[in-house]
This record gives sequence, C-alpha cells and structure tokens, in this order.
Amino acid sequence: MSTNTVVSNLDARGFSLPPNIGKIIRTMLTYGVLILFALAMIMPFVYAVTNSFKELPDIAANPMRLTPGIRADGTPYNWTTIGYDRALNNQQINFPRAIFNSFFVAVVVTIMRVIFNSMAGYALARIRFPGRGAAFAALVGTLMVPGIVLLIPRYLVLSQLGWIDTYWALLVPYFADAFGIFLMKQFFESIPREIEEAAEIDGASRFRMFFVIILPMAIPALTAMAIFAFQGTWNDFQGPLIALNLNRELYTLPLALAFLRGVTGDAIQWDLMLAGSVITTLPMAVIFFIFQRFFIEGVSYTGVKG
Amino acid sequence: MAVAAPSMGKQGGFRLGAKGQESAAGFFFILPALIIIFAFIFIPLLSAFLISFTNWNGLQPPAEAAGVGLANYSRIFGLDNTTVVRDEFFVAIKNTFYYTLGVVPAQTILALVLAFIVNQQFLRFRGFFRVAFYFPSITSSIVIATIFLWLFNRNGVINGVIAGLAGAIGLEYSPVTWINDANGIIHNFLRLFGLTLRTAPEWMTESRILGQSIWQWISGPSVTMLAIMLLAIWTTTGTMMLIFLAALQDIPRQLYEAASVDGATRWQQFRLITVPMLRPTTFFVLTIGLIGCFQVFDQIYVISQGNPAGTTKTIAWIVFRNLRDSQAGLGAALAFVLFVIIAVFTIVQRRMVGKTVQQ
Repeated sequence: MSTNTVVSNLDARGFSLPPNIGKIIRTMLTYGVLILFALAMIMPFVYAVTNSFKELPDIAANPMRLTPGIRADGTPYNWTTIGYDRALNNQQINFPRAIFNSFFVAVVVTIMRVIFNSMAGYALARIRFPGRGAAFAALVGTLMVPGIVLLIPRYLVLSQLGWIDTYWALLVPYFADAFGIFLMKQFFESIPREIEEAAEIDGASRFRMFFVIILPMAIPALTAMAIFAFQGTWNDFQGPLIALNLNRELYTLPLALAFLRGVTGDAIQWDLMLAGSVITTLPMAVIFFIFQRFFIEGVSYTGVKG
Repeated sequence: MAVAAPSMGKQGGFRLGAKGQESAAGFFFILPALIIIFAFIFIPLLSAFLISFTNWNGLQPPAEAAGVGLANYSRIFGLDNTTVVRDEFFVAIKNTFYYTLGVVPAQTILALVLAFIVNQQFLRFRGFFRVAFYFPSITSSIVIATIFLWLFNRNGVINGVIAGLAGAIGLEYSPVTWINDANGIIHNFLRLFGLTLRTAPEWMTESRILGQSIWQWISGPSVTMLAIMLLAIWTTTGTMMLIFLAALQDIPRQLYEAASVDGATRWQQFRLITVPMLRPTTFFVLTIGLIGCFQVFDQIYVISQGNPAGTTKTIAWIVFRNLRDSQAGLGAALAFVLFVIIAVFTIVQRRMVGKTVQQ
C-alpha cells in the first residue's frame, strides 16, 4: 500500500483539484477511514479469539492484551485451552451434542429447503395451474410477517402438534421459505424457454424435465440459496428458543451459549463463554471464506430486488 | 402428491389431458412448500390472533383458555383503567423508539459513506474491505452479543480503549458500567448544564402522560441501551454498505459521461444523478433498518433481559416475557400490535417509494 503505487494508479483517472497534493490527501483519507472501520469490525473478533486461549484471571486482568500477560508477582500467564475444556465438558450443557444438533438441523433444513423451494419456484415460474395467482399472493404475504410476531403463533402450533422438545420442531417449520422460493422463481424465469420446448418435443414429462434438465442448470442459484439457508438456520436463536422447553439435549449452539450466560448470572466465566463463541462462529467463518462471492452477491441481490 | 400420480403413467388406462397433466404437475411442485408455509405461518398467525382474545397461559390446551374479548388489547392501551400493562407497553415503545432513532440513521449514513469510499475507482484491496465489513453480518447474534457483553465489561476492552484515547489527550476517564447503567443519555447531557430531576421545572416532573412524566419521556436511551445500539450499528452497517455498493455500481457510467460532456461539475453529477438513482435503495435500507429495530430481541436476551430499571425493555422483549410468564394471550395481543406498527411503517415506505419512482 505504498503511496507511490497508489498515486500512479490515480493518474489513470483525472481529478480536478490541484494535482498530486489533492490526490495524496484523498488517497490517505480514503484508506485511513477504511482501515479504521475495518479494524473496528475485525478487532472484537481478534480480542475474543485470543482471549479465549488465556487463563481466566488473565482475561479479567488484561483483556486488552492479545498475548498472555504477567501476574502481580512477576510470573507470566500461559496460553491455555482450559476455556474450551470447560465448554466441551460442561456440567450443565452438553456442548458436543449442541455442536452435533446445530450441524444436523442446519444440514437437514438446507437440503429440504433447496428441494421444496426450487420445486415451488419452478411451478410459479413455468407451470400454468389453477390457483397459481393465489399461491403467489399468499407467499408474498408471508414476506410481510416479521419473525418476532411469529414467536407465540409458532409456539402455539408446535405445542398443539406435541412437537415441543423434539427435533421436528427445529426442522419441519423451516423446510420452505418465501424468500428462497422467489429467488428460485426469478432464476428459472431467466432460463430460455426453448430448452424446455425441445425436451417437451422429445416427450419428457414435467418431472423429468425439471429434475434432469432444469435443476442441474440451477446449481449456482441453488448454492446461493443453500448458503443462506445454512447461515439462517445455524444462527437462528428465536426458533429453537420457543421450540425447546425442558429438553436441553436438543439445544443448538446459540441456545447453549445463551443458556450458559443465563445460568452464570453476573459471575460469567469468560474463558468458557469466549471459547463457546469461537466454537459457534468457526463453522460459519469457514463457509464464509470459501463461499465469499456467494454471500456478497446474495446481499447485492436483496438490494436490487428492493 | 397422490393427485399427480395418474398423470405420470403414460400407458395407464386413465390419462389426463395435456392441460390436466400440466395442472397436476403444478400442484405437485408447489404443494410441499405451500403446506409448510400454511401450517407454520398462516395457521399459527390465525390461531394466535384468536388466542389474543383469551387468557391462554401458554401451558394449558388452547381450547381450555377462557375468552376475554378485547380485554388484552384494552389493557395494552389502558382503556380499562388499569395501568400496569399499559405503562410497561409505553416504556417499551419509548425504549424501542429511542433505539430506532439512534440506530437507523447511524447505520444508513455510515453504510452510505463507506459504500462511496469503497466504490472509488482507484481503490485497491476492495475485496478485503468488503469481507471485513460483512463478516459481522454472518455471525450469530448470540455470539456477537456475548462478545460485546465482554467488551463492554467495566474492566473490558471498550473502557480500556476509551481510557487510552482519553489519556493520550490528557483527560481523566472514569470507567462507565455500560451493562448496568440506567441513566438516560439525554439526562446525562442535561446534567452538564445543571438540569437534573431536582432542578427540572415542575411541569416536567409532576404531570404524567401514559405513566411517565415528561422528564422521564425525554430521558433518551439508557447507557446500557446505548451499548446495545452500538452493537446493532456495528453488526448491520456492513450488509447495508453492500446493498448501497451494488446500487452505486448499477448506475450506468454513460449517465456520468453524458453529464460531464454537458459540463456538469462533480457536485452537480452527485446531486442530479447519484442522489436520485440511489433513492429507492435508500428507502429500502431505511425500511429493513426500521423493521429490524422494531424487532430487537436476541441482543436484549443475552445482554440485559430488559434491565437495568426496565430501560432495555423493547416491544419484542415484552412479547417474549409475557409468553414465558404464562401470559401468552396478552403476549399474542402485544405481538399483533407490533405487527400493525411494522405494517404501517412498511406501507408508508412503499407509498413513498412509489411516488418517487413516478416522478
């Protein structure tokens, strides 16, 4: 990021303030502001991760240090994984089980959503059937419903079904969502109709056409939707919060973390909580860095839609 | 799915016409998703609407709950001459209002400014900055709330950073107890001018409007709420920046080129091209910001549970608390009031965008 390269870069694009000085100030301001904000965004995570590997008294005494500090008697603190130990062997919450639950729920929901949403999206995009307009309107209507408003209604239905404290309550309600259906509908509408017409002449049914020809073409769109579904399910807190009442064995990671904060009251064990936070974030972080492009494009898509 | 079966058998004795086959395929494709959405959105909403007219406690079978007519709704608005529920509701309205008033403008303006900066032609490492700004958005709200709870600790990193900065310019900083400070920030500001509860004029402290004196109404968000607001701004700015960035990149280059050929200055280009082209996106960002703020819950759950002194009670929080405290009927009524508030704001926004697009 040396000033030289930046300035030579600038030459390509004219700028009407006095030459050079203006450019340099502008460049420095730009990077200054951006780096400041990038630090503000990243540093909380850096502090959390490094402190999660420190001893509890060290975290309390020297939270600002990114490496182990020094005790009052002059001896140094050490790096430790005791926080992770405490999280994974916790008396009150089965953390390894919570990790499994989070993966299990997120994977099942993602797979089912990909199937159901793409089928529904295809029907709305290409198939003429009675009630299509009404189905479309009903789906648009659900986009208006804020999640928090659904808290008690969902609890009501889940308790009526006898699903409270079961996996069903964490899975089935999330097998389809209007946003994903619209995403797929929009994508299928962009595929040229000629492809289906050719298949139709060859005598392919709608089902073969969809599963054999159309769906494989939709892999980029399906990937984007799968990522959103996984992220949404992995991070969801309110859904499991109302679906699980007494059965702590089914807690997902966010619920386990919130529970640990609740039971410790004001005497929070920060080594445990920070380690739990890192464990909860890690899988999403890995997925994010692998599929960055999809995340960024996905958000851009939301904006254009609005 | 049984509907679809006959149309599949090509050699079967019973065949649907081409149109019938097409309809059957349509039903087959849309039914699974539609059933899920009806069973877990429409039916719940409808039954919760009915339950909001009962005293359902959330544990008994809903059929056993006694109908109470409009009692839940009149308690919320204090029409039945009781004040407990009404006062809490209006405290929550006040808290949610201050929260929204702080968060929405801050996240929108920050996002817009960052988008302009990242959109500059000469910028390098654009991908890095985009990832850095977006990372908080993909992290669990519970994790972020946990980390911020720790950062905002009395002996935590935030106080450490402020003390360091204050020390650098020679100021004394006594650490703020962020997570347990019920003082309103407007009250704190007024104290600088000697205006406190004791010195405030009588008309501010004596008369009560909806359970609170004028002095209480103008408190501003508490220090604890301010910490949660900073958390919210920190989390959402990145997403909104990306939305603005996409909109900026969608503005056709030719518009600027044509304008500069016509002799428009950069400022004129900004005012006459960029601003109008960004207007729909700005309204969109404002709406999702508003809707998000009205629903703030996860952070409250982890950080403060409505405390201290009720200054972080939000509408979403009291909806949940009523469910937990076996007042699910009242909670459902509160949820529908919240629904109406959000719907009104959304519709107003749609109208405004509609108008600007027509212009």
